Amino acid sequence: MIYLQLFWEFFKVGLFTVGGGMAAVPLLLAMAGSTGWFTEDFVVQMIAISESTPGPIGINMATYAGYTVGGIPGGIIASIATAIPGIIIVVLVSRALEKFSESVLVKDAFWGLRPAVTALIAYAAFTIINKTMIYFTKIGTVPFLEFFSWQKVLFFAVMLFGIMKFKKHPVLYIAIAAVVGIVFKF
Amino acid sequence: MEQQQNIPLWKLFLAFFKCGAVTFGGGYAKQPILDREIVDKRGWITKEEVMDYYAVAQALPGIISINVASFIGHKLRKIPGAIMGVLGVISPCIIVITAIAMLFSNFQDNEYVVHALQGINIAVAALIINTIITMWKKGVKEIPQFLIFLVVFCLSLFIGGQRMPIYCVIGSLIFALVYKRIERRVRSK
Repeated sequence: MIYLQLFWEFFKVGLFTVGGGMAAVPLLLAMAGSTGWFTEDFVVQMIAISESTPGPIGINMATYAGYTVGGIPGGIIASIATAIPGIIIVVLVSRALEKFSESVLVKDAFWGLRPAVTALIAYAAFTIINKTMIYFTKIGTVPFLEFFSWQKVLFFAVMLFGIMKFKKHPVLYIAIAAVVGIVFKF
Repeated sequence: MEQQQNIPLWKLFLAFFKCGAVTFGGGYAKQPILDREIVDKRGWITKEEVMDYYAVAQALPGIISINVASFIGHKLRKIPGAIMGVLGVISPCIIVITAIAMLFSNFQDNEYVVHALQGINIAVAALIINTIITMWKKGVKEIPQFLIFLVVFCLSLFIGGQRMPIYCVIGSLIFALVYKRIERRVRSK
């Protein structure tokens, strides 16, 4: 049953995305390899799509993967599956809301979860960089210093500087990057 | 201000549909819109409540904007309210992404689109690195936290696999609870 499988896979994404949008990326990259519903490259594109459209990336990827695998019902089922863990947990926590956020247990949990999620996202970033501009996995197989594209690394540095300095909406940077990509034929 | 119990579920759905439709990106991008639509225009809850919900939502498993919609919906109309709030927030995403999925394969091979996507990938890499820097500053302050970071990163790099992120989340959670408990016991002695 493809619908059941979709439901279960994206239910897990909803449950294990701790601490905001990008936290879903490592789970989605791993899912790309194991299910073949979408490629790793597409996860990267979905990050850009998600920053430029209404949804969080977890829901967007659920809709996309669900649609490609099981048509419109597939998209709807997968998206709802991603949202269900949140609804259940919030309903349970709502009653003890104030106690919850002050609880020592919650603080301890996040003391350990924050670095773990940061590392998972850092690994996702490594995967993305390895795909787009610095081909770490090619080191040793290509001539010296040809394992990266210096134009792309330069552009990356400029982008990162711009993002950190001006703090504009991500859509702006994505639009600039699309134009630069076309003009310089990346 | 409307009586809370009298807010019809369809109105709740519509309000959240609107919030879902007018923001780009997830998470915190929605907070100002929620303030305007749910607090200022409709007066269903207060700004302070929205802030509290955000604070708790990010300390819970799940996607932040889904959790916040559930909290507000639940506050207004209990469980049916939570469900309607979430359906409202995700409906615009489902519609937009289904449309993109229908169209995407048609222009994926276009030369300009390929170059544009290559450029966009670099912007995405920069955005994600920026996220990591922010998260690092908030989350990696002590040596044991740095060790968690290192272990999780190495496990992902050298072993990997579909379940690795899940194991890492559960593992670091257990480690944190045990470590902090021992740390307190040692300090109190």
